[in-house]
Amino acid sequence: MKIKRRAIWITLALTISLAFVFSCAKEKEEKKATTELKEPYKVGAVFSVTGRTSFLGEPEKKTAEMITEAINNTGGINGHPLELIVYDDESDETKCVLAVKRLIKKDKVPVIIGPSLSGNSLAVVKIVNDEKVPLVSCAASFKIVTPVVDRKWVFKVPQSDSHAVLTIFDHLIANGKSKIAIMSVSTGFGASGREELLRLAKEVGMEIVADERYGPKDTDLTAQLTRIRGTDAQAIVNWSVGPTQVLAVKNWYDLGMTTIPFYQSHGFGSRKNIELAAGAAEGVFCPLGRVNIPDLVPADNPQKEVIMAYNQAYQAKYNEPLSSFGGHAWDALNLVIDALRAVGPDSAKIRDYLENRRNFVGQHGVFNFSPTDHNGLTKEAFEMVVVKDGDWALVP
Amino acid sequence: MEKISLAGQLIQYIFTGITVGSIYAMVGLGFNIIYNVTEIINFAQGEFVMLGGLFMVFCTATLNLPLPVAFILTIALVTGVGAMMERSTINPVKNATVLTMIIVTIAVSIVLKGMAMFAWGKDPYIYPPFSGSEPVFIFGAAVQTQTFWVLLMTAVVVVLLTLFFKRTRYGKAMLACSDNPEAARLMGINVNLMVLISFALSAAIGAVAGAVITPISLMEYDRGALLALKGFGAAVLGGLGSFYGSVVAGILMGIIESLCAGLLSSGYKDAVALILLLLVLFIRPSGLFGSVEVSKIKKFG
Repeated sequence: MKIKRRAIWITLALTISLAFVFSCAKEKEEKKATTELKEPYKVGAVFSVTGRTSFLGEPEKKTAEMITEAINNTGGINGHPLELIVYDDESDETKCVLAVKRLIKKDKVPVIIGPSLSGNSLAVVKIVNDEKVPLVSCAASFKIVTPVVDRKWVFKVPQSDSHAVLTIFDHLIANGKSKIAIMSVSTGFGASGREELLRLAKEVGMEIVADERYGPKDTDLTAQLTRIRGTDAQAIVNWSVGPTQVLAVKNWYDLGMTTIPFYQSHGFGSRKNIELAAGAAEGVFCPLGRVNIPDLVPADNPQKEVIMAYNQAYQAKYNEPLSSFGGHAWDALNLVIDALRAVGPDSAKIRDYLENRRNFVGQHGVFNFSPTDHNGLTKEAFEMVVVKDGDWALVP
Repeated sequence: MEKISLAGQLIQYIFTGITVGSIYAMVGLGFNIIYNVTEIINFAQGEFVMLGGLFMVFCTATLNLPLPVAFILTIALVTGVGAMMERSTINPVKNATVLTMIIVTIAVSIVLKGMAMFAWGKDPYIYPPFSGSEPVFIFGAAVQTQTFWVLLMTAVVVVLLTLFFKRTRYGKAMLACSDNPEAARLMGINVNLMVLISFALSAAIGAVAGAVITPISLMEYDRGALLALKGFGAAVLGGLGSFYGSVVAGILMGIIESLCAGLLSSGYKDAVALILLLLVLFIRPSGLFGSVEVSKIKKFG
């Protein structure tokens, strides 16, 4: 009986592995058929597809795969097919470091896009610098590319927190507000935003009357908001991503604090957040990259065309609303494709090309890189929007 | 808007604390029921809460059931999950130590979390509060009506549990199992069945907690672990095995967290709750309400 069962298992295992081998072989044949046998150009990618920040990595991976498919269907890069190698770092720093090392040593990619997270990006900065492989990060922290002298091989495409903070402060000052309360989540994103809020508040003469923090899994922020209610704050700026940013808005609304304007970080850029807040988000301000609001971008804006194209392609393929994070992958991968087209798969040449790339029209802004600026964006990359009738509207 | 007075702030903190604390209390109760019968710490307890919230989303948003029906169906479904967990993972593991069983529950919690992720995705979910979303103002403190539902349900759970353990045959039999499983077996009590009931009961309480808290706090697939941790804290603080202990300790922890977030610094609130837990364990290792003798007999605690 035992032997019989073992035989069944072995047969099963053999069948599965054979099926796997065949399917792989078939895939390879198909690939060969569509492209003309030119050496593929490899691009490595590390995204947080699963784990606590999967909402970043998932749209990024989908976007990158969509672009790769599209470019390979239209003849590749100068006839070379694009081979995208995606690893999932599971939102974990250690796994991210391993993935980047593997991309460099084993897959021998000339250039890497990602990681999705600031902490993970900072963890691999030294590796790519030592190995001299250019990395285009999809994470926001300005520390990833500052100081540029130590970060020669690192670029990043998302706007810096400072750009978002300055956009918010501009709006506050224009509306005569000078005393604000800030709230931030105790993750890398929140801590980095908080640092920038405190630093830039001093520069523009904004007084911070309360500085509240909370955990990423907190179930209630009433206490923090009540404390703010006890101060003479004229506005609240909240810096978080995930469920807590919805919770903050809901609690703010439930506490009847709607007379104090509420500003969210650029992490609020998903319509799902407005839905989840169920009416509580009415009147909430937030600075957004234009990719979040394709229909609102004026027709004469240089970004209008690429944003509409990306938006339509993504929705047609995945049948789900666009997330601004996917836009970062779009920017990163298209910059890299642009470089590969111009200089081929040579790490040093790609780096030099990216550093001098100007007027690259992307999803999150018009990039102007320079030897002193590896982000290439200014606060103009943001548009201040407000939640109106359950949707975004441009602030007049 | 007008500034809120200090008294108003305090009331607000206390209401917030009691709400969150009630959830910790219910999770703590779930820990205690299983612990009392089996001496297992069931680390999937937080997942029951998560499932309670998400099944409720399924029943109200997907099936469009009226609220009371959805609520009862949710509890039934999660109870089923709890019973299935016991039959498929705890029951078949014969002659295992308590520690092995605890590790099994951790495995189950990971599996449940993964399954919830596949079923509902990684986004948080919410449904409207049970009775209107306009908050009630009490001395300047805004209290969501759902808070009263949370308190009411906690009270109902405590009363029903008390009646169950004091007045019913099964309840008494379960208590007997917790005192001495061997003797209980010799007296003709079906220990096997009691273990099953304990898991089903804990799951049901978790479901209630999840169903009432989701309109306040949202719910997503990986919320369970932290709730389990806090609930475990409440169970230990109150004295493992003591039902009233876990209720008092849970609410106490909620209030302390909320006061700390409001008056001291919001960054340290989790730390303060855990430091308090450590202090109590140093001074009174059996918890606030646990008895020293009982904790000596138990294999784990």
